[in-house]
Amino acid sequence: MLKLEKRPQPSRLWTWVTPLLAVVITMLAGGALFAALGKDPVEAIATIFWQPLFGEFAFYYRPQLLIKGAPLILIAIGLSLGFRAGIWNIGAEGQYIVGALTGAGVGLAFYPTESVLIFPLMVLAGALGGWGWAMIPAVLKLRFGTNEILVSLMLVYVAEQLLAAMALGPMKNPEGMGFPGSRNLRQYESAHNAELITGTGMHWGVVAAFIAVIFAYVLLTRHSLGYHIRLTGQAPRAARFAGVRPARLVLVCLGTAGALAGLAGMFEVSGPAGQVSIDFNVGYGFTAIIVAFLGRLHPLGILLAGLLMALTYIGGEIAQSNMGLPAAAIQLFQGMLLFFLLAVDVLTNYRIRLARREVA
Amino acid sequence: MKLTHLLTSAALALGLATGAVAQDTTKVGFIYVGPIGDGGWTYEHDKGRLAIEEHFGDQVETVYQESVPEGADAERAITQMALQGADLIFTTSFGFMEPTVAVAEKFPNVKFEHATGYKTLPNLSTYSARFYEGRAVQGHIAGKMTKSNIVGYIASFPIPEVIRGINAAYLHAKKVNPEIEFKIIWAYTWFDPAKEADAATALIEQGADVILQHTDSTAPQAAAEKAGDVITFGQASDMAEYKPLPRVSSIIDNWAPYYIARTQAVMDGTWESQQVWQGIDKGMVKIGEITDAVPADVRDEALALKQAMAEGEYHPFTGPINRQDGSAWLAEGEVADDGTLLGMDFYVEGISGQIPN
Repeated sequence: MLKLEKRPQPSRLWTWVTPLLAVVITMLAGGALFAALGKDPVEAIATIFWQPLFGEFAFYYRPQLLIKGAPLILIAIGLSLGFRAGIWNIGAEGQYIVGALTGAGVGLAFYPTESVLIFPLMVLAGALGGWGWAMIPAVLKLRFGTNEILVSLMLVYVAEQLLAAMALGPMKNPEGMGFPGSRNLRQYESAHNAELITGTGMHWGVVAAFIAVIFAYVLLTRHSLGYHIRLTGQAPRAARFAGVRPARLVLVCLGTAGALAGLAGMFEVSGPAGQVSIDFNVGYGFTAIIVAFLGRLHPLGILLAGLLMALTYIGGEIAQSNMGLPAAAIQLFQGMLLFFLLAVDVLTNYRIRLARREVA
Repeated sequence: MKLTHLLTSAALALGLATGAVAQDTTKVGFIYVGPIGDGGWTYEHDKGRLAIEEHFGDQVETVYQESVPEGADAERAITQMALQGADLIFTTSFGFMEPTVAVAEKFPNVKFEHATGYKTLPNLSTYSARFYEGRAVQGHIAGKMTKSNIVGYIASFPIPEVIRGINAAYLHAKKVNPEIEFKIIWAYTWFDPAKEADAATALIEQGADVILQHTDSTAPQAAAEKAGDVITFGQASDMAEYKPLPRVSSIIDNWAPYYIARTQAVMDGTWESQQVWQGIDKGMVKIGEITDAVPADVRDEALALKQAMAEGEYHPFTGPINRQDGSAWLAEGEVADDGTLLGMDFYVEGISGQIPN
């Protein structure tokens, strides 16, 4: 008989092994799924994980990994701070949208003036926009004790409506023949978040993501605020005795997450996406939650998890178009990853023992 | 730019490689906004793709990617198809316009066709169908059939295409039923069965006994069937499974002839950039079977209307027509020009409510 025995402390080894194990199990189960669909499972898995990195067109896909991964990492880093302290910001998608709107709004307001000051202003506006949107659940929580999970989530839908209204109204391209969507910021040099080195995919958002990872790492390991965050998550009562002010922590965590999500939105709208359109947001804010947990809420883990997630997206797309796999199968494959991660998590907190049969 | 060079030379190299290996195979790619099983818009485009395969057999290879988000992801999906050696790529939603332009500029030797947009390049064509002709037929049947005089309209996005459809349907409903009233709900989606069902139910509760939809799922049909005494029309696809009621007719997008012709042009080396807007006359817009639920005289009138449009004798936007604010748009006998129709951003007189903005 197998028996689960609770570990006195979560196993450090298993904390790092379980994500890898989850990836392996996902490959196996995913392979079975692809086989059931009548596709060669080995080829499908290889296409998803190998092609983007080392395939014939890797020169194009590798930069795309950065483009796809950067917003995920940027948002997940912000979310992880709050998650560690037990502050659940589920509405990063909304903060991402609002950051994109404020950032793009500043850029569009200056059109067609060319100046090197416009882009930094947009960055600032994007961060402020996301921060402001995250302050709504923060202040409501502190003032009225509302639940930040619900409020931040609901604000995503508000932000989506705001996005549609902007794409159809104030930010609509006056030369767009009546179609929705703003001007293309990629054709407006001062506002364009262009590649810093052509062909590398490296734009300011990628740089910001790397900076955020380093910043979060230092914060969590070296700074008293990071200590407070970790302490609050592990032992809220002890934290209070240690002088942690919960209200301040809520403001800091939600604010940082909002600002980073806002930045991600701003870098996306001024670079890879190019314009404010009704369907601008594609779920980075929600996927980042998966990335944060897949990365164990650890900055370096998040960096790797973000890149892995980007890999499954890009590889998944290649598998779709090359092998005719349905989009739903790819989404299922990605969903399995989180599912198995949570499932094998049991090994971090429990050990499996062979239980002896009790003799009466 | 370095990347451009890389991509172009890769495309060239690949073009040469495939040319040498399999000279006769033309690779045609499709980028879809929805799933191929949506039963509407994407489903019909995919039927067009299958028609290419059937028509050309071994001479072609087709690839597609479904449910592609409009934006940065679309650009990657299109680039990927071009890299994989596609000779001709159809991007089948308005939101793919900017990404298609961006990729087309990097791959001058690949031909691109973008549906429902307005930007062209030497290697990028646009194509669309005059769906508003079908809307005129729908409006006529709706005006004749309604008992409550309230027609519910599930609109997707406030873009000229959709506004044109509302106007065409309204004008022809009003023509046969002066009491008619249109209630319009904006769903802000092309495909979301839950939202579409909600919209249909809300409209029915407001007294609508005819539901017109500019969204792609069959959810409104199901909602109407459940409510009873409500008629609907198939959108983009025939939606024949809801015959004879609630679905009494449909507008069918028939892309196959166009797709086959363009693929042939690429094979023959005669492909040229163009902007086409075809209607009932060329068979790009078809009216699905009008069921027995519609009285014979109404059916005959509807078919006569369709015939008149097919032969070019009648244009759905023929004056006198005023704008919603009462100002004159078309004088007696005047016919709308394509430019105004393509950029249509106003309701015609008689429709209540505002276009969201």
